[in-house]
Amino acid sequence: MRLRAHDIAIERGGRTILAGLSFEARAGAALIVTGPNGAGKSSLLRAIAGLLPLAAGAFALEGGASEASIGEQAHYLGHADALKGALTAGENLAFWAGALDGDASSGAARGALARLGLAPIADFPVRALSAGQQRRVALARLLVAPRPLWLLDEPASALDAAAQDLFAAIMREHLAAGGLIVAATHAPLALEGAETLRLGASQGSAA
Amino acid sequence: MSGAARALFIREWRIARRVGGGASIGVAFFLILVTIMPFALGPDLALLARLGPAILWIAALLATLLGLDRLFQADADDGSLDVLINAKLPLELVVLVKCAAHWTASALPLVIVSPLFGLMLAMEAKPLAFVALSLVAGTPALTMIGAIGAALTVSLRRGGLLMAVLVLPLAIPVLIFGVSAASAASGGAAPFAMPFLMLCAFSLGAIALAPFAAAAALRHARE
Repeated sequence: MRLRAHDIAIERGGRTILAGLSFEARAGAALIVTGPNGAGKSSLLRAIAGLLPLAAGAFALEGGASEASIGEQAHYLGHADALKGALTAGENLAFWAGALDGDASSGAARGALARLGLAPIADFPVRALSAGQQRRVALARLLVAPRPLWLLDEPASALDAAAQDLFAAIMREHLAAGGLIVAATHAPLALEGAETLRLGASQGSAA
Repeated sequence: MSGAARALFIREWRIARRVGGGASIGVAFFLILVTIMPFALGPDLALLARLGPAILWIAALLATLLGLDRLFQADADDGSLDVLINAKLPLELVVLVKCAAHWTASALPLVIVSPLFGLMLAMEAKPLAFVALSLVAGTPALTMIGAIGAALTVSLRRGGLLMAVLVLPLAIPVLIFGVSAASAASGGAAPFAMPFLMLCAFSLGAIALAPFAAAAALRHARE
């Protein structure tokens, strides 16, 4: 499975922030998008997920389901955690499992929480959790519904060192199972064989 | 797909019933509006009984709109909307299920307590039943029209007031036929059946069309 971007251009508020960008992400190897603030990392991820219209160009997911859009085959994890503070961590995950057509049993949600070391707090309302714990609940969403493409915007923000190692292991597992990862980040993600796409100064040159 | 709809309905219902969800606050707001009317109009029981259906309907209209401004904005703020757009459920159905949950949690309690609150306006048994029936038939239309306004103002910080300004004029037909049906028992202008059927038609039409309008507004607002 491959994600191909062909001659992408993105405009926001009448300003062109990306133009003439082509790259390719292959199954089994993460693509790390780097660049200074405002280089268009988040916009690129949102565009792949279908949340931003393209001014030019197209994305194609080769080997994916032809009847589903790329966004429907992708997990988009943005800056916001997409969690409801009034609900418990377990309820939040059970909802996403159901809404994203995953395993909606409460066992699956608990398993995903346990995987991220959150089993003891599954029954606490999310608003009572720390920022790092909330981020880990959001990451657990990636595990309750299987989708081949992960679009991660600063996935390791607010995570402590142990949780970063844990998440790197989860990402390696996803890649080993033939998944794709496109991640925008400033911090290194400890992924071997990851390719880097630098936005900004040397725009559009995939290294 | 039905599993996804059920998951969304349960989530919306839970959020509405928990602290700060606003479902019970809507009923309290309804009670306050109905309670202050006799203070403004005076203790003339005949006048209150005659105005009762109109008072209950206006109070229900405002109480329904009260909770609607956060219908999509809460999801837009915490990033849930970005994920919901790419969920298995089409966005139109997401809108419909959220409105169904909002109606069940916020509008249905108003319908149930309306005969009780009508007693404070010196209304008889038959007009009370007509008010409750007309509210059952009319409030779905109010919720669905309000959902369009909520979707249009989703990206605005203080969108609540603008939403009311947008939605209240569109709710006038529902209000006219609602009050007309509700006051049929106490010597209204029309018999009960005609305005009641019009209310049902408004609600069915709004349920069929509003999800498309709201979903289009939400997709546009995300850009």
